[in-house]
Amino acid sequence: MAATTTARPTTPATTSTSTPAWSRWANDHRKWLFAAPAMIFVAVLIIFPVAWTGYLSLTDAEGSVRAESEFIGFANYAEVLQDTDRFWPAVMRTVVFTGGVLLVEVVLGMAIALLLWRPFKGEKWVRVAILMPLVATPVAVGMMWRLIFDPNIGLANTMLGWVGIPPQPWLAGEKTALATTMFIDIWQWTPMVVLILLAGLTSLSDEPQEAALIDGATAWQRFRHITLPLLMPTVVVAILLRGIDALKTFDILYATKGKGGGSFHEVETLNVYAYGLSFDYNDYGVSSTVLIIFFLIIIGSMWALTSRRKDAA
Amino acid sequence: MRARTPFKVFRVAALVVVVLGLLAPLVWMVAASLKTNVDIYDPGKAVVFGPTLDNYSKVLKQANYVQFIANSLWVAFAATALSLVIGVPAAYSMSRFSMRRSALVVLMARVIPAVSLLVPWYYVFSNLRMVGGFTVLILSHMFVSLPLIVYIMMGYFDGLPMELEESALVDGLTPIGAFRRITLPLSTPGIATAGILSFIFSWNNFMFALVLSGADTKTLPVAIFDFVGYAAIDWGGLMAASTVVTVPIMLIALFAQKYVVSGLTAGATKG
Repeated sequence: MAATTTARPTTPATTSTSTPAWSRWANDHRKWLFAAPAMIFVAVLIIFPVAWTGYLSLTDAEGSVRAESEFIGFANYAEVLQDTDRFWPAVMRTVVFTGGVLLVEVVLGMAIALLLWRPFKGEKWVRVAILMPLVATPVAVGMMWRLIFDPNIGLANTMLGWVGIPPQPWLAGEKTALATTMFIDIWQWTPMVVLILLAGLTSLSDEPQEAALIDGATAWQRFRHITLPLLMPTVVVAILLRGIDALKTFDILYATKGKGGGSFHEVETLNVYAYGLSFDYNDYGVSSTVLIIFFLIIIGSMWALTSRRKDAA
Repeated sequence: MRARTPFKVFRVAALVVVVLGLLAPLVWMVAASLKTNVDIYDPGKAVVFGPTLDNYSKVLKQANYVQFIANSLWVAFAATALSLVIGVPAAYSMSRFSMRRSALVVLMARVIPAVSLLVPWYYVFSNLRMVGGFTVLILSHMFVSLPLIVYIMMGYFDGLPMELEESALVDGLTPIGAFRRITLPLSTPGIATAGILSFIFSWNNFMFALVLSGADTKTLPVAIFDFVGYAAIDWGGLMAASTVVTVPIMLIALFAQKYVVSGLTAGATKG
């Protein structure tokens, strides 16, 4: 670059003759030069591992990472897909967890976003409050709710006591644990939906609303027939972003229930199951199989959603 | 738009419920961190109690948290800095040359379950005897920060007008010179957004450190589990540890609210 400052270039032509060859080469190839480091990182540390996971799923790799393993074809897939003990219940929990939290987060998030839509006094502080759960460390959030939901000393049962409801087992209950972790996820991530929908609402034009108001449309009619259809693309983005993360939820499940999703695997989703197979049982072949199936489920649901998104647009 | 009084009252009440619902649990966590374990077990001491800093001295002195705070800071800073260095130019190329397919590959990283990377990484790095070191931990956290930075910066560069760069070229700068002296300085807000978000996500990340860190390199989210025993939980210590992990991030969000929100919602309204 120093060469360009020595002469006072008046036209680009003089610059190119005074530029060293390496610099000219770099400028000509900047497209790939700029992208290369990131692309190499992705290829070496992401694409290669994913491909290896695919390979491992066809082997009986188990025990030590230095142990010999044999190619066994699709035997792992047959085993996993017939496993009604751990695999299919984990699929069910993943579906219930993701579907449940998405539904509540989108409905609740929409309600809160509408509340915040028009300016009001103290708006800044409400927005800060909304940001707090979102940025809090998920493991710490899990621990925090673990104390609140503790069956003996938790605030949740104390508050139920005030209104005369008997104490609940919450996270400790075989039937209530999954619902309780869903509640925690909803507490932490509804704000994410609020922020996205609020960004969408703010970008909407006021005119259709005002026209409808003049025509005497009620608040619900305006929401149902104007705001919601216009906001639909943003809603799909929110569902997409939240859905991907909800499917992969791990931290709060591990923080509240520990390994294997609890002693009865109450909250063992596919991600928790795959983690346990890999690092508690060192059953790498089977865990890779579960991961590949899990990956296909994620891609499949994303694809279904984005094709809906194109329809909506 | 004019609103009727009953609606205004309803709106204020609803907002109060929302704010309380979001903040009360966090306040409860901090309150518990200032209580003795005896007081935590006593419902009568729920609101009125004699605050103590014992839990914090336990966390910082006995539990070696000063070390873990340093670890978390180092990993988050290094992963963010390295990801910015390789991610910002990549995002620039992908935005200016419309490399949509390459961009898609980087963004796929958001979709892939982290466990499916951890197994091969664990294979390779434990054979290289690198598990437990900072290098692997920082590389793994870049898996989170790099796609995030590329995603945010691509959106940012898409929104920057080309004219400024073009006039810089006419003035005799090389294309790389124009990027360095014109585009980069103009991108400071975008880079700040991407950097802050990447730092937060790296700081909060749990699974990579759970598998890849050792006793000396573990980060705060993993260290929290030191207070969860098989027999009993040290609630006071656990809440103090959780507060120590969470509060720095909340302060960042408080003071950089604008950046955090724009990063979290980046690209959400482009449709």
